[in-house]
Amino acid sequence: MTEFLRANKLAAAGLIIVGALTIAAVFAPWLAPYDPAGQELADRLTGPSWKHPFGNDELGRDILSRVLYGSRVSMLVATTVVLLSGVIGVLIGGLAGYLGGKVDTFITAVVINSLLAFPGILLAIALVAFLGPGLDRLIFALVIIGWVGYARLSRGQVLQIKTLEFVEAARALGASGLRIFSYHILPNIIQPILVQASIGMAAAILAEASLSFLGLGIPPPTPSWGAMLNDGRSHLFDAPHMVLFPSIALVMTVLSFNFLGDALRDWLDPKTSK
Amino acid sequence: MIPFVLRRLALTLPIVWIVVTLVFSLIHLVPGDPVAQMLGEGTSVTEIERIRHELGLDRPIFEQYRAYMMGLLRGDLGMSFRNQEAVATSILSRYPATIELALGATVFSLMVAIPFGVMSAVRRGKAADRVIGFLSLLGLSLPNFALGPMMILLFSIALGLLPVSGRGGLSSLILPAVTLGGALAAITTRMVRASMLEEIQRDYVRTARAKGLKESVVVFKHALRNGLIPVITILGLQMGALLAGAIITETIFSWPGLGRLTIQAIYARDYPLVQGCLLVIALSYILINLVSDVLYSVVDPRIRYD
Repeated sequence: MTEFLRANKLAAAGLIIVGALTIAAVFAPWLAPYDPAGQELADRLTGPSWKHPFGNDELGRDILSRVLYGSRVSMLVATTVVLLSGVIGVLIGGLAGYLGGKVDTFITAVVINSLLAFPGILLAIALVAFLGPGLDRLIFALVIIGWVGYARLSRGQVLQIKTLEFVEAARALGASGLRIFSYHILPNIIQPILVQASIGMAAAILAEASLSFLGLGIPPPTPSWGAMLNDGRSHLFDAPHMVLFPSIALVMTVLSFNFLGDALRDWLDPKTSK
Repeated sequence: MIPFVLRRLALTLPIVWIVVTLVFSLIHLVPGDPVAQMLGEGTSVTEIERIRHELGLDRPIFEQYRAYMMGLLRGDLGMSFRNQEAVATSILSRYPATIELALGATVFSLMVAIPFGVMSAVRRGKAADRVIGFLSLLGLSLPNFALGPMMILLFSIALGLLPVSGRGGLSSLILPAVTLGGALAAITTRMVRASMLEEIQRDYVRTARAKGLKESVVVFKHALRNGLIPVITILGLQMGALLAGAIITETIFSWPGLGRLTIQAIYARDYPLVQGCLLVIALSYILINLVSDVLYSVVDPRIRYD
């Protein structure tokens, strides 16, 4: 691990930022200088100052505190979505690959292909538009579009691995299908899944922010970076800092996860490395 | 050629059917009564019943489904609930603006991706490659709703060069197209780089060099022509994704396209209109994928025999 980080400075930077972000998300209530929903109408739209380093928004709320609390929403949604999509995707995709035959045809040709017929975020927008806004629905919508990627990946991996000799050996020794899948196949497909999960964190954070930007995410007053950007849009002329700081937080976070994912992929698969 | 297209079409039709069915069933996902949701609180029961009857929601679900499918075959997407206009008419009037925006974004991304992707591949491992690699990851990580407002800040507000919003002429297209195409430019640059790296190692490139051709001719006339083939497929897939990205970009720039119509319909809880918009976007996506697959088989006939 240390060798990997020493060789990949960008990945190391990414890891540091992700670490800082996790700390910010967990300890937001202690780190934030103000109540993220506390309004000081006298300070509305004021720019950055010593008192409010990121300035205030249109209701006089402290943007630094809101950015810190916003990281909670981003990390909570992204972690849940990646975990759920990962587990569901690996199970369903792995099963399709392992069992083959009709189960595989049904899962790949019918379920996965029809979900992929919608451009990614559109299906999430559609689901949230009809289900109504809320944290649980947001996560549900993102898992529905998210698990497919893991399923496709694990199906392909399982198809490759299940023909290898050590799997045959396990089968010859009388191991059950469940045991072969969980003890022999799963540990061998976990690496590419981790790469996908790292990039998936970036994608989930972006998707949550997109939906919140459109007003389809978590309802106010819970601070979310996407919703903060949407609030700032109507004050581009008089308070550009309202857009600037949430943007920086969002871009740095997504970039960090992408750096990590890219470096992990290059590390695990030397063929694609630079 | 024709058998390939027919086979591809036969694979597409079931997907179209599934998509149509999914979009049809969306309205039944609405918690509670969709009509009561659309009308808001304080509407009388008789009014709700009347609208429910008008939308056909009081009929058995199978009958609703049949009526929906029959309507689709006639090009009838139902009536908008808010402005009593045919959904198909609203969508048709907004569609050209979205196509214009998506094409603008694609052209922009190619203008960026081809030169930078080629340069990155040719100067592999050098400073230029690393800078382009970093910039393309940045482009991937920069969502359009952060990029758009920042570009408005810079080019419209600070420099006063381009209009803030609206549609009219090339100058109003630039910012939305760059905003929508930014991520695509980044993805395509990485694709062009990867594809060129493979091509420039091939024998025919060595032969071209051995013949004494200029390096620029070797790279652009020989390697790039082959290197762009896989890029076409990815571009097709990604162009479809632009249609979804347009929802956000059109909202930022008040661009009068299908994406903005979708969001307005969602805010107004105009469910028939939302269903129509989603259906048209998804079907366009499927169509673009089909066309790019067929195009791919034209430029690379080998895949027809797979």
